Amino acid sequence: MIGDLPIYAMHCMTSLWEALAAAWGLIAGFDATLAQIVGLSLQVSLSAVLIAACIGLPLGAAIAVERFPGRQTLIVLLNALMGLPPVVVGLLVYLLLSRAGPLGSLGILFTPAAMVIAQTVLITPIIAALSRQTIEDAWREYDEQLRSLGARRLNAAMTLIWDTRFSLLTIVLAGFGRAAAEVGAVMIVGGNIDGVTRVMTTTIALETSKGDLPLALGLGIILIGLVLLLNMAAALIREAAQRRYG
Amino acid sequence: MALKTNAIRGVLLGLAMLGMLAAPASAQQKFITVASTTSTEQSGLFKHLLPVFEKKTGIQVRVVALGTGQALDMGRRGDADVVFVHDKVAEEKFVAEGFGVQRFEVMYNDFVLVGPKADPAKVAGGKDIVDAYKKIAAAGAPFVSRGDKSGTHAAELRLWKAAGVDPSGGKGGWYRETGSGMGPTLNTASGMNAYAFTDRGTWLSFKNRGDLVIVVEGDQRLFNQYGVMLVNPAKHAHVKKDQGQAFIDWVISPEGQKTIAGYKIGADQLFFPNAKR
Repeated sequence: MIGDLPIYAMHCMTSLWEALAAAWGLIAGFDATLAQIVGLSLQVSLSAVLIAACIGLPLGAAIAVERFPGRQTLIVLLNALMGLPPVVVGLLVYLLLSRAGPLGSLGILFTPAAMVIAQTVLITPIIAALSRQTIEDAWREYDEQLRSLGARRLNAAMTLIWDTRFSLLTIVLAGFGRAAAEVGAVMIVGGNIDGVTRVMTTTIALETSKGDLPLALGLGIILIGLVLLLNMAAALIREAAQRRYG
Repeated sequence: MALKTNAIRGVLLGLAMLGMLAAPASAQQKFITVASTTSTEQSGLFKHLLPVFEKKTGIQVRVVALGTGQALDMGRRGDADVVFVHDKVAEEKFVAEGFGVQRFEVMYNDFVLVGPKADPAKVAGGKDIVDAYKKIAAAGAPFVSRGDKSGTHAAELRLWKAAGVDPSGGKGGWYRETGSGMGPTLNTASGMNAYAFTDRGTWLSFKNRGDLVIVVEGDQRLFNQYGVMLVNPAKHAHVKKDQGQAFIDWVISPEGQKTIAGYKIGADQLFFPNAKR
């Protein structure tokens, strides 16, 4: 058995090299299908993160500065929802959008719009819960100051969102990462239809199913590369902005 | 002030992106949704077949590939216009319940039993699939099952019944259910060096075979018939009756049948047209 190990190790190494070669071949060859898949991935996940940020950030800020009955329960619930399994979200959205479901008449099941909805549901709690914490910490720090200026709570919340914007950017990026990386929800509500709802992660799942492991891993490398590029861009913007606004 | 303009900018950007998403949906592209099986999609048949139909009719065919059980459920819920699957018993039930209009036979291929070259149950080269199942159970040799209510899973279970073996007794031991598609199941079998029951199309296009080879093939009972049905517009009014029927008419037409026969991987033909017309 032990004698077999180096052979297995070598086999795995070959697979990794094959994957790297496949990734490079895909990028260098600039395949139109791949470009379309990558484009759709970005379109869906960026839309989802944008909508989730528009809901999650104000929600997080409101919970951070307001005091109301059931607030603690809401915070615990929101924190727990960060762990929503994508496949459960996919199933819920599927049942909602299915022709037999309450929103069936919209006819948007198996379209990119359905995928945006599923990813939005998935990441809104993450953005809301994490931004609530960040803004609440800032609120404790500036509480006196803001009150002495006579700021009302909701105005204070808006000011705090602006003041903590760099920390919030990281939270939004985490949300994007989660959206771009998940496969369970988009597989169910999108259906992985060739040329219509096929994104990076569902393509990876499909190629794995076909036993083309190097190609699947190659696509994975490209996906990681894309998320890395986006994070680098965000870091650059953040740095430039910090230099400008202090 | 800066805050306000930023908020406005954010909202505008959001609306613009929603607009981008809505655009493809409102385009005048004619399309139908077909619920089908992983075997037809992953074997590459649809990639070969659908462009010919689309070019001829301008109707785009959107395929959602699932197991047969799930694909039929999709039809029951009205989420597909056409169902294209391979489990005659379940298909006839689907039509009898009024969810499908009429069932048309399209093509067939066959199932094969794959297993490790070492062949611990000594079944290689046999022509009797039921006998092979008995030997595998007797030897307690690892066997990986779909376990997902797919057409292939249903066929596998019928063979266990014919062999007089209840494989659920081997669960957790020699009999492993993956609860997933054909590809993932073959990946598991390849990793475990286990026997697995698969349609020939998926096997031919499957790349991660490891030590697995075909051990039993050619038994009459390994016949695998595919059927196609229009989802009943009487149950679901939004079903695209004319375009869906156009697709069905085309796949069972001489041209469609010839296109199916023309799909090959290397020298191997994957599906054999047998529409009754």
